[in-house]
Amino acid sequence: MLRPRVPAAQYDQNQRERVTLSQTNAVEARNAVKAFGEGDNSVRALNDVSVEIRKGEFFTLLGPSGCGKTTLLRLIAGFEMPTSGTILLDGQDITYLPPNKRPVNTVFQSYALFPHLTVAQNVGFGLQMQGRPAAEVKETTARMLALVKLESMANRKTSQLSGGQQQRVALARALAPQPKVLLLDEPLSALDLKLRKEMQIELKRLQTETGITFVFVTHDQEEALTMSDRVGVMSAGKLQQVGAPKDIYTRPVNRFVASFIGETNFLSATAEPGAARLATGAVVEMPGLARSGPVTVTVRPEQVRLVDASEPGAIAATVKTLVYFGTDTHCYLALQDGSELVARLQSPATGEVGLQQGQQVGVRFTPGAAQIVED
Amino acid sequence: MATKTFSVAKLPGFTTTAVLVFIALYLPIFTLVAYSFNASQSVAVWGGFSLDWYAKAWNNDQVKDATMRSLIIAVSAAVMSTAVATMAALGTTRRKAFKGQTFIYVMINQPLMVPEIVTAVSLLIFFGMIKQATGIQGIGYVIFAHAAFCIPFAYLPIRARLEGMDLTLETAAADLYASPWQIFRHVTLPLLLPGVIAGAMLAFVISLDDVVITEFVKSGGQDTLPTYMLGQMRRQLTPEINAISSMLLALTVVLLTAFFLLTRKND
Repeated sequence: MLRPRVPAAQYDQNQRERVTLSQTNAVEARNAVKAFGEGDNSVRALNDVSVEIRKGEFFTLLGPSGCGKTTLLRLIAGFEMPTSGTILLDGQDITYLPPNKRPVNTVFQSYALFPHLTVAQNVGFGLQMQGRPAAEVKETTARMLALVKLESMANRKTSQLSGGQQQRVALARALAPQPKVLLLDEPLSALDLKLRKEMQIELKRLQTETGITFVFVTHDQEEALTMSDRVGVMSAGKLQQVGAPKDIYTRPVNRFVASFIGETNFLSATAEPGAARLATGAVVEMPGLARSGPVTVTVRPEQVRLVDASEPGAIAATVKTLVYFGTDTHCYLALQDGSELVARLQSPATGEVGLQQGQQVGVRFTPGAAQIVED
Repeated sequence: MATKTFSVAKLPGFTTTAVLVFIALYLPIFTLVAYSFNASQSVAVWGGFSLDWYAKAWNNDQVKDATMRSLIIAVSAAVMSTAVATMAALGTTRRKAFKGQTFIYVMINQPLMVPEIVTAVSLLIFFGMIKQATGIQGIGYVIFAHAAFCIPFAYLPIRARLEGMDLTLETAAADLYASPWQIFRHVTLPLLLPGVIAGAMLAFVISLDDVVITEFVKSGGQDTLPTYMLGQMRRQLTPEINAISSMLLALTVVLLTAFFLLTRKND
């Protein structure tokens, strides 16, 4: 009899781990590669991407256009097949399964509502195609329309709806068959700012209420930070960093992630035990830093504080420009070696930060705010 | 500097030319319709108003017979050519550009380019060989011939409609658990329908008034309305011909108006 040669206890442990693994991951991509074109002209839209998306989470793929985020989404939906690699859904290999056989639904960027059908027929389409009984289709459609607050529009044609309403229909249509994973391809990009903010809250509400795993694709960092449980930052066909919004923002792993999410300062420095020595000679204390050689230090503008030039330990700087933004004022500084630094100062009640161009100031970073990033 | 935009409408003699062209186009048709109400035997001398020729044409068994045959042929040819054209349009638009695509377009639209008389003679000879080999007679040959030359007319509006269709809709249907057949049945076909109907109507009208190919392919006693009229004119010319033509004209105008309305709705 062929049995794994492991002690019973350990075998049990492995079993349990395997079960928990498949229970926690709704979607998993393993070494996914997608190349378009042939031979020398081929372009790798996805270059060896592996990611685990947990059950019930709001996961966002964030990146500039052309970074491969939509391609990854299309691999999960089944609209494209990977050149190599595996896509798992609930622990099962679905890499080559056609889209109609996957319990995954998509909200398209263009909504892709069926123009020849009514709102209710659009919402019920998936259930109808699955061959569910008419009564169930009707009941679920009504429930979904209530969920997106469009009960009164059930018999309208989709062309009679506003952009925001069409968006809701697209959501209801994709949620109606109760997919294991809902994929959203930049669904808010066509909406105006006010509506987009409303829909962000709405989406988060729907995700919490339905408990369905959402995989959301966007190039808007604010959307990613406000809605997601976890964010995967992509660039040039690679996943750069995966983590909670706070982790990504406060501890970016590389220059790309640091600069793509929010604004930041980069300073060249030399690593020393427990500190980084800037090019100006000033020392930024970084407890726990255990490397040496040239490094890049990043610090968010809101973590830069201005102090009196004479304060000991402060980095000497000159005020170059002040830009008033309402809630805060951006202060562009030049360090002694010529490198630039931006400080975001909260505007006082008068709006006057009390600084002048050319003024000598001292700069301090909030403890722990400075980070080392890879280039 | 004042820019003077060029406008054809402002050229000297524009209105005159336009009016003359319209007269040249429509005066003969107008005359034909007017003389169909002629009380006299002549197609050229007005003898007062009458509906006699309509009544005569209506009660003429040969006309009835030819009309029925024309309609059967036109409906069959329209259905067959539209089915083939729909498949051809799907095949040429629902895939990535392929080598020889232009060649395929030319092949499908070939009946528009090849002189009708060539098609007619070749079909006559080809069908003659089949008849000799199998001994099968019947109206089927005319129907097949019509279906063949109607394909490009049905193909063009269907392809235009398909090319304007958002492919994401089919992707969305697949995403919502529709099988390839269900996608076609529930999404592609309903959206394509105006194009299909337009194509079928165009094919119907084209088949209805074909003379050359029918004349060559038909056997004895298989006159369609146009070939019957041609035969009548060789013997004697009465306003009965005008009456039949006017009715055909009315039918065509109705169909083409419907075609126009259907295609306009697409925008």
